[in-house]
Amino acid sequence: MTLWQIILLASIAVLALKLLGYLVPPSVLEKPAAGRTAQLTTVALLAALIVVQTVSTGQSLVLDARLPAVVVAAALLALRAPFILVILAAALTAAALRALGWAA
Amino acid sequence: MNGPRASRHPAPRSAPAPGVAEARRASWAVGLAVAAYGVSFGALAVASGLDVWQACVLSLVMFSGGSQFALIGVLASGGAAAGPAAIAGAALLGLRNGLYAIRVSPIVGAGFWRRLLAGHLTIDESTAVATAQATPEGQRAGFWWTGWIIFLGWNLMTLLGALLGDLLGDVSAYGLDAAAAAAFLGLVWPRLRALQPVAVAVGAAVVAAATIPVLPAGVPVILAALVAVVVGPLDLLGRPVAAPIEHHADVPPAPDAGEADR
Repeated sequence: MTLWQIILLASIAVLALKLLGYLVPPSVLEKPAAGRTAQLTTVALLAALIVVQTVSTGQSLVLDARLPAVVVAAALLALRAPFILVILAAALTAAALRALGWAA
Repeated sequence: MNGPRASRHPAPRSAPAPGVAEARRASWAVGLAVAAYGVSFGALAVASGLDVWQACVLSLVMFSGGSQFALIGVLASGGAAAGPAAIAGAALLGLRNGLYAIRVSPIVGAGFWRRLLAGHLTIDESTAVATAQATPEGQRAGFWWTGWIIFLGWNLMTLLGALLGDLLGDVSAYGLDAAAAAAFLGLVWPRLRALQPVAVAVGAAVVAAATIPVLPAGVPVILAALVAVVVGPLDLLGRPVAAPIEHHADVPPAPDAGEADR
């Protein structure tokens, strides 16, 4: 396979998976149990994504500057700080820890 | 654009629908943080052996950050010979977008072309911002604004990263990887007001953390979503505090639904 073939095949596969979900009729979500499950699925996916983004690199668990940065973000969210401030503070925390050499 | 205070003297025709202003603010906050990370994809893609065009086609057509990083990660270590594995990895990570699509399908509006476009813009962030909004108008605005901001920004930054590459150095020095995690945390935070979603979030986090080392990338997230599929239909751990009480206030709890003893 050439690099271009790989790129196009993978892109089509990823796009097709997105479109597939739109073939499910919206009425499926109108039942309370399905609606509730859909809401909870978003929560579960986001929680899992946070974990993956924070403590993993590829297939290994890695503790680095991302974890303290997310803890800072959580503290600010608990204090009802604006969203953009939370994100900036997280980036600054990680950047500062790395610049100081205190975390990878 | 009118600030929030301008709405104190609303002009009937130009007043935005309720919730739209909040949705736009969230869209910009999430969108800019995430789009900025595209620079890191562009730089890494070129470092893994892709040319600038290939990096840009990935961001234009695949447009799914997790899948894109997975693809170039496998290609970087195995080259074109690792093609099938790279495609499988990208598809696996893209699977969750299909689940998101089911969720946002009623939000995006009608029409074939609109839904086709919505399909392309269905990613973590557009779904998360949309579903975090309180009103239907806000949900729709959140989906489209976030989707467009990230699509345009992500592709622009991919090009920039691919062209500048080494000049930028390691983008993790700017803490953008932590910003992405913080953005997801900010989106899930408002939903954690009742026992049920909190339990689901903790359960999903534990499942993901426990399976990251043993399962291929992408699978832990899908597996974690199953926590919701178990809890949801059975309505384990009860109704959220914010159940629609207003119009049921005069209806006594159904004795057989387990509501009476809560």
